[in-house]
Amino acid sequence: MKQLSILLFLIITSLTGSSQNLTGDQIIEKVDQNMSSENQVFTSKMIVHGRRGDRTIGSKTYAVGEKKAFTEYLYPEREAGTKMLKLEDKLWIYSPSTDRTIQIAGHMLRQSVMGSDMSYEDMMEDATLRDKYNTEIIGSETINGRNCWVLSLTAVVEDVNYYKRKVWIDKERYVPLKEELFAKSGTLLKRTELSNVKEIEGRWFPTRIVFKDMLKKGEGTEFIIEDIKFNVDIPKYLMTKASLRK
Amino acid sequence: MIKFLLKGVLRDKNKSLLPIFVVTLGVFLTVLFHSWMTGILEQSIEFNAQFSTGHVKVVTNAYFENKDQKPNDLALINVEEIKKKLKNDYPEMVWAERILFGGLIDAPDEKGETKAQGPAAGFGIDMLSEGSKEIDRFNLEKSLKTGSLPNKRNEILISHDFFQKLGIKLGDPVTLISSTMYGGMAFYNFTVAGTVEFGSAAMDRGSIIADIQDVRQALNMEDATGELLGFFKNDYFDQEKADRIIADFNSKYNDPEDEFSPLMVSLRDQSNMAMFVDFADAMGGVISAIFIIAMSLVLWNAGLLGGLRRYGEFGVRLAIGEEKNHLYKTLIYESLIVGIIGSVIGSVAGIGLSVYLENHGFDTSGMMKDATIMMPTVFKAKVTTASYYLGFIPGVLSTTIGSMLAGIGIYKRQTAQLFKQLET
Repeated sequence: MKQLSILLFLIITSLTGSSQNLTGDQIIEKVDQNMSSENQVFTSKMIVHGRRGDRTIGSKTYAVGEKKAFTEYLYPEREAGTKMLKLEDKLWIYSPSTDRTIQIAGHMLRQSVMGSDMSYEDMMEDATLRDKYNTEIIGSETINGRNCWVLSLTAVVEDVNYYKRKVWIDKERYVPLKEELFAKSGTLLKRTELSNVKEIEGRWFPTRIVFKDMLKKGEGTEFIIEDIKFNVDIPKYLMTKASLRK
Repeated sequence: MIKFLLKGVLRDKNKSLLPIFVVTLGVFLTVLFHSWMTGILEQSIEFNAQFSTGHVKVVTNAYFENKDQKPNDLALINVEEIKKKLKNDYPEMVWAERILFGGLIDAPDEKGETKAQGPAAGFGIDMLSEGSKEIDRFNLEKSLKTGSLPNKRNEILISHDFFQKLGIKLGDPVTLISSTMYGGMAFYNFTVAGTVEFGSAAMDRGSIIADIQDVRQALNMEDATGELLGFFKNDYFDQEKADRIIADFNSKYNDPEDEFSPLMVSLRDQSNMAMFVDFADAMGGVISAIFIIAMSLVLWNAGLLGGLRRYGEFGVRLAIGEEKNHLYKTLIYESLIVGIIGSVIGSVAGIGLSVYLENHGFDTSGMMKDATIMMPTVFKAKVTTASYYLGFIPGVLSTTIGSMLAGIGIYKRQTAQLFKQLET
């Protein structure tokens, strides 16, 4: 979810005007500055293309800024009613079948979210890439007919999930269309491809994101945003632990 | 002549008692040692089979490729159908489903918040079905430290150390946090029915044992299992039979192109057991051979000594006109009789004690309290066909050959010098 937030964060920084002379840091900075939505509510479905077949999981997410998010899974039956709450750097999950709220910490964060190609660690990742990565433009490429900058981000701090990132950003819409995440050894760990970019409430927004854990067999995980609203009222109680058992 | 010699051997205790005793002891030790070594090595293999490998095991192709990780996302599905085929095709075997899984055990406080948490290695086995042998295979009754074995759904056993670390009581609820077969997060509530202590650091650190139906429900594995273990009904691994069954099953049901196709493997193909089985075969043979050679040398030496001890007697017999060939022949016959008597007594005694140890075993549980590896605690001998001849043949042959060598000296003796030698 956090990785998605980073991507959404990058996505919603659609800029106008000349941008051809920007440096990598400036592009990211502009992306940071143009994070305009205070909150968002979206309904999505996640299609996990596993080795044994496909599974579709529906959810509704309420996000306040970058630090707080509440997700309730809607289907299939086994997952329905499972809720997740992220507050700052903490993540809790509520399972209705056990009526237990468990904090996800330590090595559990490396587990896959609902069997997808995303981990809880990905969800928890901090979006402020500028502080943690040194950014450099390494070229231009065309993806799906869109001109993109290719940015290389190399970690300058130790506590990052991925040492190196390569991001393709649409030069006109400032929408990331692809991202590759690397380990320090140079091994490609994850690849994200974004498509179906639509203009929603004045923002260019990709509504289909394909995550692929390169170390897992399978066809990856599709994340499809079915409906998204920005700057809506989110009840405060939703961002509390008590809301998980309601 | 044989009857005459036999009488001589039996009546002249000076001539026969020591050689018969030496042969008996040698043969007895050889038979006992062979049966004991065979028993221990086979028992170690059997212990692994019962606990982990089965005599054969059915898994998916992909699961077997990643067998060290016990990947339940690559588990067998349609297990009931597979079991029906197995029972029908191989009636000499019984089958047991097992799911091995990892996860966290979370103990809640009164408010339902996490009180303690720790990593667990889980075993999903059939504990509740009538006639299931899994409780015996895991030796759970003897390993039970407190509480009782699960007798209804959602009850688990937990290793005693882990139980103490979590600070929980019998009857307390705990939540398993793990991964479903499809990779999602799994939560499941259990009640602690009892604690177990296996005497192995690895097992006692953080094991939980639950009924397989609960584990299936917890991990979303309906009609699925990680492993399907097959055991010969007589509880002894037979490599040739196993190979035949495996070849038949795989030719009928395995598709190497399909990663989820069922694949049958032998005990030898798992957990470095091939090396262990070969080692057991080789070492059993080598150790027995070394022992037999050593005993043969002792018996041979006894034969030689027996021959030499009677140097004077032979001189007298030659002096009074007995032919050298006749003397040599009687010496050999006597040795043969001594060898046979000693070997029969030694074999009977060795096999007798081996049979006792096969039935009752030697309990080492007192010495194994702090063992850090999974080992059987009662060691048993095993009487094989070889037990009947492995001591007997060298017992007879080495005594006889010893006498034959010692007896060669008879032909070197000169009649003219016999009286002179007897005077000295």
